[in-house]
Amino acid sequence: MSSTADLDLVVNGERVTAPARPGDTLLDVLRGPLGLTGAKAGCREGECGACTVLLDGLAVNACLTLAWTCAGREVVTVEGLSRDGVLSPVQRAFVDAWAVQCGFCTPGMVLQATALLARNPDPTPEEARRGIEGNLCRCTGYGRIVEAIRAAAAAGRANP
Amino acid sequence: MPVTAFHAPSSLADALALLAAGGRPVAGGTDLVVELAAAPDGGPPGALVSLHRLAELRSVAVEDGDLVMGAGVTVATLREHPLVREHAPVLAQAADRFAGPQVRNAATLGGNLCHASPAADLAPPLLVLDAVVVLAGGEGGEAERRVPVDAFFVGPRRTARLPGELLTAVRVPLRGGRRASFQKGGTRPSMDISVVSVAASAELRDGVLRHARIALGAVGPTPLRSPAAEAVLEGAPATAATVAAAARAVLRDARPIDDVRASAAYRLHLLGVLAQRVIRDVIDR
Repeated sequence: MSSTADLDLVVNGERVTAPARPGDTLLDVLRGPLGLTGAKAGCREGECGACTVLLDGLAVNACLTLAWTCAGREVVTVEGLSRDGVLSPVQRAFVDAWAVQCGFCTPGMVLQATALLARNPDPTPEEARRGIEGNLCRCTGYGRIVEAIRAAAAAGRANP
Repeated sequence: MPVTAFHAPSSLADALALLAAGGRPVAGGTDLVVELAAAPDGGPPGALVSLHRLAELRSVAVEDGDLVMGAGVTVATLREHPLVREHAPVLAQAADRFAGPQVRNAATLGGNLCHASPAADLAPPLLVLDAVVVLAGGEGGEAERRVPVDAFFVGPRRTARLPGELLTAVRVPLRGGRRASFQKGGTRPSMDISVVSVAASAELRDGVLRHARIALGAVGPTPLRSPAAEAVLEGAPATAATVAAAARAVLRDARPIDDVRASAAYRLHLLGVLAQRVIRDVIDR
């Protein structure tokens, strides 16, 4: 593949095709041709986590992921978390805990929290903080974010 | 580097052929993609050879008395894999303090070594474990050659890997009774590039240290061992005086620079503190 070509991948459960150049990142393809702007372009060097998406279930920085490594693989963005208009437990918990200020970090935080809870359904406050160590909130609203993660965990245990 | 093509070979032989033709290997991309973005038009154009489909690079096993880790094993896997935790816990310890979860899910063992940053967090633990890297391709075709990690780093961002070669695995000889420890220092525990990192290992027999190794990161042009401190530790009693003498000796092998992250003077101070911690930890473990 040596110029722009059609990249096939699965985004939020749907097979999609998007034009991609050899050096494009997953973030370029999501925000460009696919029009999914939930993943944010913050630092573009893997420091801020605002572009976090799930790739085959693992949280990665979309800004550091070469688009063509995603061929045929499953990507989940924040747009894919709700079902029939119902927020996911993590999204609901972020709203209920007022864990959103300016909102720029929120999609990445929510996806990272989703990945964390999939592996550790009952994180301690310290584990929740370490779980988001790769995500920056410039509003510094970490306290509420950690509360939201713990609340989502509790809700998940109540309604598994 | 203008990227002219992207290849995703599914076999090692295909990957080596693409590298022989001048392709640039990319594993997790967590360093390379940042470079590409910083200078999209800089340097000669080239093709990327992604290694993500090579399942043979992702295994972790014990073979012939060595812990053998594929170059494509991610840092997240190193952090959690039972064989790594059993046979090379110091490597799992460094993996735990490596960047953040998203980077750990992508970054690989081989990528961290081949990028050859003086601050590469996996290097000091592998240096104190007497690790050996396995290289395939280049002049040797599919034949492998092995290079001790100690001889692999030859300068900042430079390694003994020849054009066309691919680092396929890292082998750590198993040694019962070896204890090891790692510490890194930076402005915060997560996400930061190390200002200083230190690892130490030794066996402790009848209160005496044997096979002592100490390795340093971010205080020289490459990750490096400290012969001066190893000489102090070898055969020495496991006492506070030995710890203090070795931590002083470490400073003789460090050649830190001033940069945006820290001054050379601060690096030396921090190195002395962290060296004491890792040596004490090896003794007390």
